[in-house]
Amino acid sequence: MKFLSEYRDPELVRQYLEQIHQVTTRPWKIMEICGGQTHSLVKNGILEMLPEQITMVHGPGCPVCVTPVSIIDEAVFLARQPQVIICSFGDMLRVPGSEKSLLDAKAEGADVRILYSPLEAVKLAQENPDKEVVFFAVGFETTAPANALSIIHADKSDVPNYSILASHVLVPPAMEAILGDPENQIDAFLAAGHVCTIMGMEEYYPVVEKYKTPVVITGFEPVDLLQGILMAVQQLEKGEYKLENQYTRYVQREGNRMAKETMEQVFSVSDRMWRGIGTIPQSGFEVNDRYKNYNARVKFRIDIPLARENPSCISGDIMKGLKKPFECPNFGTQCKPEHPLGAPMVSSEGACAAYYHYSSGTV
Amino acid sequence: MQLSCPMPRLDFDVITLGHGSGGLLTHKLLQSGVFDLFKNDLLDQQHDGASFELPGKLAFSTDSYVITPAFFPGGNIGELAVNGTVNDLAMCGAIPRYLSLGFIIEEGLPMTEFWEILVSIKNAAERAGVKIVTGDTKVVEKGKGDKIFINTSGVGQVHPKAAIHHSRIEAGDRILISGPVATHGIAIMSVRKGLEFETTIQSDTINLNHTVMKLLDRFGEGIRFLRDPTRGGIASVLNEIAELTQLGYELEQKHIPFDEQVEGACEMLGLDPLYVANEGLFLAVVKADIADAFLTALREDENGKQAALIGEVKTEHPGKVLLQSRIGGRRVVNYLTGEQLPRIC
Repeated sequence: MKFLSEYRDPELVRQYLEQIHQVTTRPWKIMEICGGQTHSLVKNGILEMLPEQITMVHGPGCPVCVTPVSIIDEAVFLARQPQVIICSFGDMLRVPGSEKSLLDAKAEGADVRILYSPLEAVKLAQENPDKEVVFFAVGFETTAPANALSIIHADKSDVPNYSILASHVLVPPAMEAILGDPENQIDAFLAAGHVCTIMGMEEYYPVVEKYKTPVVITGFEPVDLLQGILMAVQQLEKGEYKLENQYTRYVQREGNRMAKETMEQVFSVSDRMWRGIGTIPQSGFEVNDRYKNYNARVKFRIDIPLARENPSCISGDIMKGLKKPFECPNFGTQCKPEHPLGAPMVSSEGACAAYYHYSSGTV
Repeated sequence: MQLSCPMPRLDFDVITLGHGSGGLLTHKLLQSGVFDLFKNDLLDQQHDGASFELPGKLAFSTDSYVITPAFFPGGNIGELAVNGTVNDLAMCGAIPRYLSLGFIIEEGLPMTEFWEILVSIKNAAERAGVKIVTGDTKVVEKGKGDKIFINTSGVGQVHPKAAIHHSRIEAGDRILISGPVATHGIAIMSVRKGLEFETTIQSDTINLNHTVMKLLDRFGEGIRFLRDPTRGGIASVLNEIAELTQLGYELEQKHIPFDEQVEGACEMLGLDPLYVANEGLFLAVVKADIADAFLTALREDENGKQAALIGEVKTEHPGKVLLQSRIGGRRVVNYLTGEQLPRIC
C-alpha cells in the first residue's frame, strides 16, 4: 500500500534499530502516549528488538481505556431508555461499567448500534424522528472535531432528537499529570501524531520547558516509531530537552485550524475523571451552553448512583507507566478480553489487550 | 441479477406464513418451481427423506447460514450455503455427493429474492457436482428472523488416498494458503448497515472440492491437514490445531497474500486480517518434501492462483502460533476473543 509500505520497510527499520543501539549508553524510560503506538510496537514485535536499556512505557492514550466507569454507566442508563437508540464506536461496547457493558444492554434488548461516523448517527436521528439518538462521543482531540461537526450539522438541519454523551479527553493535561506525579519515572515522551495533526505543536512547548523532558511527536508505523525513539534517545543522551516533530508528513506547527475552530464552537474545556488516574483539571471537553440541547446529560435526567472502579484492576498504574500488564496478578487469569476487569483489556488500543493478543508472556 | 431460470408464476409477491405451513401453499411453492429447479432422481422420490446407496468411507457435515446482508458483493446466502458445506466435506477429504437444504424464512421475503437465492443454490450445486436430495421450508413471523436462514447438511465419499487429520501433523511440515486472506469478511463488512464504504471488493465464495480432489489424487497422504478458515480467520484455525497437536506454528507475515484493497480496508477499520472470515479459501499443512510441488500444482488451479507457502510447523513453542512480522519482529497470534470490533481512532 503506497504511503504505508514505505514506513514498514524492513531495511529502514534495520538502519534505525542499528542507530538506536549505537547511541544508547544508559537506561531510559520512554512513554508512547497513544494506544495506537502501543499496539504497533507490540504487533510488529518492536519491543524485543530495542536495546535492553530502553523501556517503553505505555501511556494513557487509549480513549476507551480512560473512560471512567461512571460514564459507561451513563451510557448504559441511556441505552435502557425505551425511546433511545445509542450509537458508539465499536470498541466501547464491551467495556464493563459497574454492572453492565453496552453489549450486555444490547443483549437485553437495548437498541445499541456500532457506527463509524457521528454524521451517520445524525442521519439515523433523521430517519427515526420518534426516537432519541444519542452518540457516545468518546475520544481524544482526534475524534472531537467530527463529533462537534455532528452537532453543528444536527443544529443546521433541525434534528432535535440528536444528542451526544461527551467523553472527550485532552492529551497535554494527562502528560502533566504523569510528569507531576512524585513517582514519575518517565524520561521522554513520544507524543501522539494524530492528536498533533489536529492540535499542532504549540501546546507542547510549555510541557517540555516546565518538566525539562524531551517530547517527540511521532507517527504509528514501525519506521515512524523507531525514528521517534531514536530522536528521543539522542536528546536524552546529549542531556537536551526539546520538542521535535518526527511526523512531519502530517503534523504542522499550527495544526488543523478548521478542526480546532469546529471544536471550539461546540465544546468547552472541563475537568474530567480518567479511569484509574482520577480527576485531572481542565482535561476534557463538554458540550457548551450554546449547544446544550444536544448534550445528552442536559436532555435526559441521568439518575444513577456514583460508580466505583473495580479495585482489583491496576489500570491506573499501567497508564501512568508504573507497572506493566504482566505485573498485574489478574492478567490473563481473572482478566481476559472475554472477561475484562478493566478497559485496557478491552480496547484494541489498550496496553493489556495488546500484550494479551500479541505477546502472551512467554514467546 | 442473473436469472438463468425464469421465475414461475406464483400467486404471491412475498413469502407468507402459509408457505411454511406444510399445507397447500407449501405444496404449491414446491410444485411450482422448486422441484423442477433442483430436479434429480432422488429428489423426485418426493418422500420424507432420500434413500440411496454409497460405498466406502463416508463424511457427513452440517452448517447453518445466517449471513447479513443475505445479498452481498460477489454472491448471496444461497451459494454460500452450498459452497460452505461442500467445502467442509472437501476439507475432510471427501467428494461431496448429496445435500439437504433447510430454509427458515422471515415472512415478507420478496418472492423474486427467494427465487434468486434458489437459482444460486442450483448453480452452486451444479458447479460442485452435488445433488440436493431432501429439504424443508419453515416460515417465521416478521421480526423473528433476518430475511432468510439456510441450513445445509452434506454427505460425501472420502477420497481413497485421503488421510486428513490434525494428529498426522509433524514438526517440519509446511503451512500453505490457497489465496489472499480476509476477502470475504471485508466484502460483507463493506455493505453492513452503518459501516458501508465504497469498494470493489467481492466475496470469493466458491466450491473447492474439485481443487482439493485433484490435489488428493496427486499427493494423497502427503496432505496432512486441510481446513477452510471461515469465521475467526486463519489465526483461529491455526490456534485450534496448535492446541490439539501441541506443536508450534510459525508464520511469515510477508508471505501471507492479501488483496491490496482488502489490506487497506483492514487498516481503515482497525481489523487484523488474520482474524477476518474467509470463503473460497483453504489452509493446508503438508509434508515438507511435497510442499513445493503442492504449491506449484495449487497455483495451476483456478482457485489457487495466488496460493502461498506461509509457514512451518516446529517443535518449539508448543501450542502457540507465532508470526514473524514484515519488519523482522516476532509476536504471538492468539485466539480471537468475541467479535472483532472496529476501533475508535
